[in-house]
Amino acid sequence: MIRKSIQSRRARETRLKIYGITSICFALIMLATLLISIGLNGYSALQQAYFKLDISVNTEKFVDDSGAPDNNKMNLFNWDGLVQSALREFFPEVKDRDEKKELFAIISANAGYDLKEIIKKKALGSGSHTLSVWLHLSDDADQYLKGRLSIDIPEEDRRINNKQIAWVNSLVERDIAKLKFNKTFFTSADSREPESAGILGSVIGSALTLFVTIMFALPLAVMAAIYLEYFAKPGKITDFIEVNVNNLAAVPSIVFGLLGLSVFLSTFGLPRSAPLVGGLVLGLMTLPTIIIASRASIRSIPPSIREAALGLGASKMQAALHHVLPLATPGILTGTIIGMAQALGETAPLLMIGMVAFIIDIPTTFTSSATAMPVQIYMWSDSAERAFYERSSLAILFLVAFLISMNLLAVVLRKKFEKKW
Amino acid sequence: MTSKFRTKKVEVSYGDKKAIRDISLDIEKNIITALIGPSGCGKSTFLRCLNRMNDVIENCSIKGSIHLDEQDIYGPDIDPVELRARVGMVFQKANPFPKSIFDNIAYGPRIHGLASNDSELKDIVHNSLEKAGLMDEVKDRLNDQATGLSGGQQQRICIARAIAVSPEVILMDEPCSALDPIATAKIEELMNELCESYTIIIVTHSMQQAARVSKKTAFFHLGDLIEYNDTDKIFTQPENQKTQDYITGRFG
Repeated sequence: MIRKSIQSRRARETRLKIYGITSICFALIMLATLLISIGLNGYSALQQAYFKLDISVNTEKFVDDSGAPDNNKMNLFNWDGLVQSALREFFPEVKDRDEKKELFAIISANAGYDLKEIIKKKALGSGSHTLSVWLHLSDDADQYLKGRLSIDIPEEDRRINNKQIAWVNSLVERDIAKLKFNKTFFTSADSREPESAGILGSVIGSALTLFVTIMFALPLAVMAAIYLEYFAKPGKITDFIEVNVNNLAAVPSIVFGLLGLSVFLSTFGLPRSAPLVGGLVLGLMTLPTIIIASRASIRSIPPSIREAALGLGASKMQAALHHVLPLATPGILTGTIIGMAQALGETAPLLMIGMVAFIIDIPTTFTSSATAMPVQIYMWSDSAERAFYERSSLAILFLVAFLISMNLLAVVLRKKFEKKW
Repeated sequence: MTSKFRTKKVEVSYGDKKAIRDISLDIEKNIITALIGPSGCGKSTFLRCLNRMNDVIENCSIKGSIHLDEQDIYGPDIDPVELRARVGMVFQKANPFPKSIFDNIAYGPRIHGLASNDSELKDIVHNSLEKAGLMDEVKDRLNDQATGLSGGQQQRICIARAIAVSPEVILMDEPCSALDPIATAKIEELMNELCESYTIIIVTHSMQQAARVSKKTAFFHLGDLIEYNDTDKIFTQPENQKTQDYITGRFG
């Protein structure tokens, strides 16, 4: 009898184990598929097609009377013309106006601007200089070189025509054009041209936003949790608060965006698209998450510790702040970082408060216009250019890396603050 | 003999459930009083009334009066925080803070501002450990975690921690229930020394312990105080049949 029941129990256990392993494997495969497909789409954005130009400039054209470079004069100088004439030296056969236009389309529309920035940075002395610089090819040429543009389709449907392909190939053959590490992607903000677009602006925007979020949400949530756990008198009002904290955690995030729009922007008149407002909105959104995690963490501290403190004549607040809170810190931190990760990946509320703007400057303050990483990804994936597609994939990988490092930080902090008894 | 505590018709209920009824007893100064009785008889509840630890428990209500040195401790002018500095407590389960031994003892003096500088604080800590008979065992590792000590040592840390605030009364809620006989003996010895300067009230399940350490004993049963007398009397010639049955092991 017993033997039979043991056998069937064992069989059940084995089955359960198999179910568990299968579901874990399934989840891992899904995750791997996701990451690999994004990775395959995005890895090529690590490189960008550049071409080398030997350019001679006479700095006297844009220095003021005292010899210092004059920004105004620099901006007025025809950099595009300089780049274009240098490029035309490689292809002397191009004379026709239309053909010229086609030729210039294989280099970045921002090439002149980039050249200006390079020269500004170099701070050349006065006089004539010849220097060789690497500038971006256009996104179409870049995609062609990476094999991302199919050339099997009819010429008129293509973004790059046969002549342009021949020119690009000829540049590559002459070792003037090649794929190099895409430094721009990591050092600049958004741009209309994929080759000049980068994620730094949105990374800093996200960082500023999250800083506001944590500064706003963490103290409020911890205080609320302590109050609800230790001070609130049980009754209808406390129950009402509790139920609503839990409800808030389930409110769709776009609602918080609407709230931010009407309260922070309309009523308080805070600036649009600012990390300050984004942080406040995301803070409101993560507040219930942190409150719930903090309460669970506080409740898990043995009541004997609190009694010990109270028995010595500590006030309720002292018992909570001196003894319970330090012990609850690992749990609170974990909850906070989960909330932060949620906030980091959140797009909808940011759309409502105008952080979905096209911003080419890297934000420097909490009130300057900024965008956030998920919004940047959303905007790029919406763009027509093929090159933005790979950039959004790479940005997704970046966001995931950001999240993983936040979770690692949570583990490290947990280990550090965890006390054994 | 002067009374330290004077309780009159104390009644405690948790919600609708009455835990103790009509407890009137006087506790004498500088002796050990034992509260005995079967589980759930209300002795711990009564003990926790004496330093208002029941205040922490939700929906707990207390009737009657408790006077400490002629002062009503449930009176409007009494701050429970101040009361607990005068009436210290040692719990059933040793509950040192997960901090260093020094910080454990120093916590009470620190929050009450009993020491004006570091050397005074050090003196208080050393004295308390000395009184608790722990100094020799821990003097080289005052900065070690208190939670790393043995169970008996942890409980004596808790006693030292209570002493450090220099209370007038020490309440002990089954302080030896989780300890082995040797650690128990040490704590009983310590209690005997301490009762010269402190009033000690101990709740215990062990009748031998009550007989060994206490001068007076109160027997509780189902929320009532059945008998309160000198320990010798209770254990040799109890007046009440229930007491007789309990101490001879017929129930409980």
